[in-house]
Amino acid sequence: MTAPAEETAAEDTAAENTADWGTLSDLPGNPLMWILILSELAVFGAFLIGFTGARIVDPGGFANSQALLSRVDGGINTLVLVTSGWLAALAGRAIHDRKPNACRGWLLGAMALGAVFLAVKAVEYSGKAALGIGLETNTFFTLYYLITGFHALHVVLGMVILAIGVWRPRPDTVETGTAFWHMVDLIWVLVYPVIYLVR
Amino acid sequence: MSYQSQRVALYYFAGALTLFLVQVAVGVLGGTVYVMPNLLSDLLPFNIIRMIHTNALIVWLLMGFMGATYYLLPEETETELHSPKLAIAQFWIFFIAALVTVLGYVLRIHEGREFLEQPLLIKVGIVIVALMFLYNCTMTLLKGRKTAVANVLMLGLWFVAIFFLFAFYNPGNLSLDKMYWWWVVHLWVEGVWELIMAAILAYLMIKLTGVDREVVEKWLYVIVGLSLFTGILGTGHHYYWIGTPGYWRWIGSVFSTLEVIPFFAMVIFTFYMIWKGGRKHPNKAALLWSLGTAVIAFLGAGVWGFLHTLAPVNYYTHGTQVTAAHGHLAFYGAYVMLNIAMMTYALPNLLRRDVYNQALNMWGFWITTAGMCFMTFTLTFAGVVQTHLQRVMGMNYMEVQDQISLFFWYRLGSGVAVLIGVILIVYSLAVPGSRLAKIANGETQPAE
Repeated sequence: MTAPAEETAAEDTAAENTADWGTLSDLPGNPLMWILILSELAVFGAFLIGFTGARIVDPGGFANSQALLSRVDGGINTLVLVTSGWLAALAGRAIHDRKPNACRGWLLGAMALGAVFLAVKAVEYSGKAALGIGLETNTFFTLYYLITGFHALHVVLGMVILAIGVWRPRPDTVETGTAFWHMVDLIWVLVYPVIYLVR
Repeated sequence: MSYQSQRVALYYFAGALTLFLVQVAVGVLGGTVYVMPNLLSDLLPFNIIRMIHTNALIVWLLMGFMGATYYLLPEETETELHSPKLAIAQFWIFFIAALVTVLGYVLRIHEGREFLEQPLLIKVGIVIVALMFLYNCTMTLLKGRKTAVANVLMLGLWFVAIFFLFAFYNPGNLSLDKMYWWWVVHLWVEGVWELIMAAILAYLMIKLTGVDREVVEKWLYVIVGLSLFTGILGTGHHYYWIGTPGYWRWIGSVFSTLEVIPFFAMVIFTFYMIWKGGRKHPNKAALLWSLGTAVIAFLGAGVWGFLHTLAPVNYYTHGTQVTAAHGHLAFYGAYVMLNIAMMTYALPNLLRRDVYNQALNMWGFWITTAGMCFMTFTLTFAGVVQTHLQRVMGMNYMEVQDQISLFFWYRLGSGVAVLIGVILIVYSLAVPGSRLAKIANGETQPAE
């Protein structure tokens, strides 16, 4: 046993700044956000694989249920979210150009479009509820609600994370929030065709 | 050992090892009843044997965690414990309560709710013990240095106590009962215990490999994040057939499948740290146990868990010997081996001796681990045959038990091997022996 003091001293110097996250160090924002993003992609990926598997088992039932979905609502939401992602990207550029107020504006715009997305989603859900369709109706709708519902929760969480960027417009917070926001965006672009479009 | 108050850990390690022996001996007895069903059926029926086997396990693991905490907290926070006396009092209350509980079980005094069989009074006692423990440790943490290891460990320990409170809620509706029961059982072993595991493993890596704390802490955050991300909603894999809505089959399947990831991360973490450290620590046995716990936890909890976690698979395998196989290797890999790793590291320091009885300890490692693996394979085969005969072919339960009786003999054999291994481990940890392995200082560079 060597004296613990030595160990501590060595630790403290090392702790100064050797932030080596391997591959993750090269990515913008906080590396832990990228761990979360990869985890989210794994979860939604698994759900979409499950959806595809269930569809292979029951193609007829899935086609009938899918016909009840509004492809237009889904299409509008795709445009809304992709545009929102673009605004978030502009916020990232603004903060690197040292324009915190412009950055705030773009982030607020991105968040507003996130709210539009949620509003369209609410219209969609209430339409389904009016038809008496719920989480337990059949496998298709169980997965429809779980996947789009989890996604909508991520939109809410994403808006909260972007709000941190509005509150503290610094490159790291903005990049971290924007990275999460693009992930939400990306997942929707995968969810929409698989659940709404593919016949 | 750098702080006097670390010595209270000795009580906890001694208590834990005592209950470890009881747990494994009673386990062998249970394995014997499997092949001789009428053995002790009046004196000590199987349900009581099983109760002692599982309860003793949980209590000694918790006692080990507490010992580990009392050992590492002063070093991490760089201050003495808030109150060593309180820690010793807490140990005796805990240990005596455990013995009283076992005695009560033998006299058929229990509440009959699996794993939470403790009578109400004992449950209240457990909460008091937990409060004494958390008070002592939190006060220590507050006055000292706050490291990621100490913070994550304390977070895990707090949540262990908080989730235990659901043991007091016992609704009459069986579905609700089971639902909240899992908030204790699942959220412990597949949630917050993983925080404790990751924190202790991180501590051992810092001490044994000499890798920078900074690097270890990053891994710790990632592992803990992944554990919670997958483990909390992974609770859903217990909600398939207890009367909860059908969507849990999807949530449970997806998230519990991903529960493999934090365990795999722990494997990569330990191997990478040891490779990166490249430093020869004299306590090779502690390194062996640290690597072992990561690998066997990955196999037992991760792989064997995944084996029957998907709802369509679990529809057939639920409650068969496949579950028993998974339960045995998961607990052994994740929490038994972790505790032994910590004790193997800490006891030589606590007893102020050079690292001793390494060969015996490592023999204990290999015999016990081999025994547990063999037991797991045996029970898995038994479970597959059972699933097929009973759930697919529709054979009667007891007929199937006859068909798989050979496997139960194999299991008993592996149980005896485990008992021998455990005796070796406990002996090598507790009884230093006359021949101490002297470490030539010139050849080694101890990290601690």
